[in-house]
Amino acid sequence: MLKEKYQKEIDEIISRYPVRRSALIPLLYLAQRDEGFVSEAAMKEIAGLLRLTPPQVYETATFYTMINLKRVGKFHLQVCKSLMCALAGSDTVVEWVKTKLGIGLGETTTDGLFTLNAVECLAACGTAPMMQVNDDYYERLTEQTFDRILADLKQHGTCSLKTGPFMWPEAPMRNEK
Amino acid sequence: MPKHELILLKNMMEPGYTGSLHDYERAGGYQALRKVVGKVPPAGVTGMVMKSGLRGRGGAGFPTGLKWNFLPKDYIGPKYLCCNADESEPGTFKDRQLIERDPHQILEGILLACYAIGSETAYIYIRGEFVLGAKILEQAIAEARTAGYIGSNILGAGITVNVWVHRGAGAYICGEETALLESLEGKRGLPRFKPPFPATNGLYNKPTVVNNIETLANLPHIVVRGPEWFASIGSPPKSTGTRVFCVSGHVKQPGNYEVPMGVTFRELIYEHAGGMRSDKSLKAFIPGGASAPFLTPNHLDVKLDFESVAAAGSMLGSGGVTVMEEGTDIVWAALRLMEFFYHESCGKCSPCREGSSWLVQTMRRIVAKRGRMEDLETLVDLCKNIEGRTVCAFGEAEVAPIMSTLKHWRSEYVTLIQEAEAANLIKLEPAVRH
Ligand SMILES: Cc1cc2nc3c(=O)[nH]c(=O)nc-3n(C[C@H](O)[C@H](O)[C@H](O)COP(=O)(O)O)c2cc1C
Ligand code: SF4
Ligand code: FES
Repeated sequence: MLKEKYQKEIDEIISRYPVRRSALIPLLYLAQRDEGFVSEAAMKEIAGLLRLTPPQVYETATFYTMINLKRVGKFHLQVCKSLMCALAGSDTVVEWVKTKLGIGLGETTTDGLFTLNAVECLAACGTAPMMQVNDDYYERLTEQTFDRILADLKQHGTCSLKTGPFMWPEAPMRNEK
Repeated sequence: MPKHELILLKNMMEPGYTGSLHDYERAGGYQALRKVVGKVPPAGVTGMVMKSGLRGRGGAGFPTGLKWNFLPKDYIGPKYLCCNADESEPGTFKDRQLIERDPHQILEGILLACYAIGSETAYIYIRGEFVLGAKILEQAIAEARTAGYIGSNILGAGITVNVWVHRGAGAYICGEETALLESLEGKRGLPRFKPPFPATNGLYNKPTVVNNIETLANLPHIVVRGPEWFASIGSPPKSTGTRVFCVSGHVKQPGNYEVPMGVTFRELIYEHAGGMRSDKSLKAFIPGGASAPFLTPNHLDVKLDFESVAAAGSMLGSGGVTVMEEGTDIVWAALRLMEFFYHESCGKCSPCREGSSWLVQTMRRIVAKRGRMEDLETLVDLCKNIEGRTVCAFGEAEVAPIMSTLKHWRSEYVTLIQEAEAANLIKLEPAVRH
């Protein structure tokens, strides 16, 4: 139960809004953080917390692509495929995943480690091609950095090549030299 | 030194600048707030913004001061400021830089706006993928609260403003202001019919202002340096100030470039972004994000201001400039954008929901060399039945890539179809529609 585990956090979230329902997406995120996805039981509990019906919660949860109603791999590879990244070779990145991990779009490796999805623009078009893995951005991907990211994630659960805060703030300066 | 004076990106370009409260204050931060809170009446601040000529940086370019003035004057009860940090328009990545590198500049803008419109609560609606950005904003809010800039009794003047970060969850349409409000209310992000406008019936049906992050970031500078100063930058009187243009695609140095409005695309692409990445010449560019019609090399001397780009048949939109070199398959490019719109249509109105599906199917067929000449008329027909017949401006946006590429590069569509006819593939594989 979320309530026992996160009582304080839940109260704090609800207190930010004059209307309880506004806390719905934040609470779905909380459930997702807890279990890795949002289960039916969690949705029912959230409905109770916010005095909504379970269908009201379900209705909202199904609209948003970042709310996972099914389990995804430990590392969710989300490769941006929108035009600006495609101009910089993002389709090749998707191919790398397919050949190196043997999974297609929407699939998970049998060890449960990696899930692949192609997603729309993540607001990093100036440093394309790029992907998001769970919470982290990886930009200006090359095959070499890509291999290292996969290896590091497998081995250490994280990778120092992750980017941010915003890359290349120096670009305009550099350009005027 | 940059050729033009930087305003919004200035602090973060200083070596060692971290965006902390300490750094921001040392660079002159929160002076605007100190200058007005308890000293200048709220209407005075709105007056400054009116005079500055500031127009929204989220896409529509609506005059900011005027928008604030639409709030009912003698209203008693809560009003809200919603800061649009949804930044999902393909080709746009300026808000992310402003948030991650100088969060206090945005917070000061938010506080000034709240002061001017008399709002005690601001929500920053940030796209869900910006996990880092949300964290950085939350830290900055905590710092500003400790310093007495946010909370009750700001700067001892008896004024209350609370600021909350609210993460979206992956839906482009939530950048549209009324969909944003629905989403913030915990519902599906479906745009509302307008009128009524958010100014009177916004968040929780209360008077509400929705402003883009970059719009808000301009406010401290307008207050400190004066509206006349701001109004003299760019191409006055209608496009004042600078904009942070996001250059992507086939240039040597993609990235964000802050320049006064009114510089030409030629200057932005060839001087600031370093020109084309290889010896191939420019074939096409999108001037203002995925929703803006494509332009051609003939438009390189068009000025980057609202009116000039509109006169050239496109729009300045979100400021995302995408450059494509000779050899880029233009029909494929239009399809890629169409796939985006198909994926993101919220489904509320049938012309958009059904039309986007038909458009995608027809475009896929043409690109896969299974098209027929009638398809070109079908495309135009579909587009005309979407434009102007939908609840929100997404309808106009989604037809832009196809209509504009058909206008400038029709021969490329025709070639693909002729190749299809020559190969006589049509008989073998009948078109699939649903
Ligand atoms: C489909 C659609 C998507 C939009 N996405 C965004 C967005 O991501 N960010 C944004 O600031 N404005 C976006 N807008 C514009 C907003 O509706 C609104 O005009 C803007 O936030 C107002 O702020 P401004 O006046 O400061 O520009 C979008 C509009 C439409 C029709
Ligand atoms: S135009 Fe499209 S995105 Fe906008 S409300 Fe209608 S269906 Fe939704
Ligand atoms: S197109 Fe990939 S991040 Fe924008």
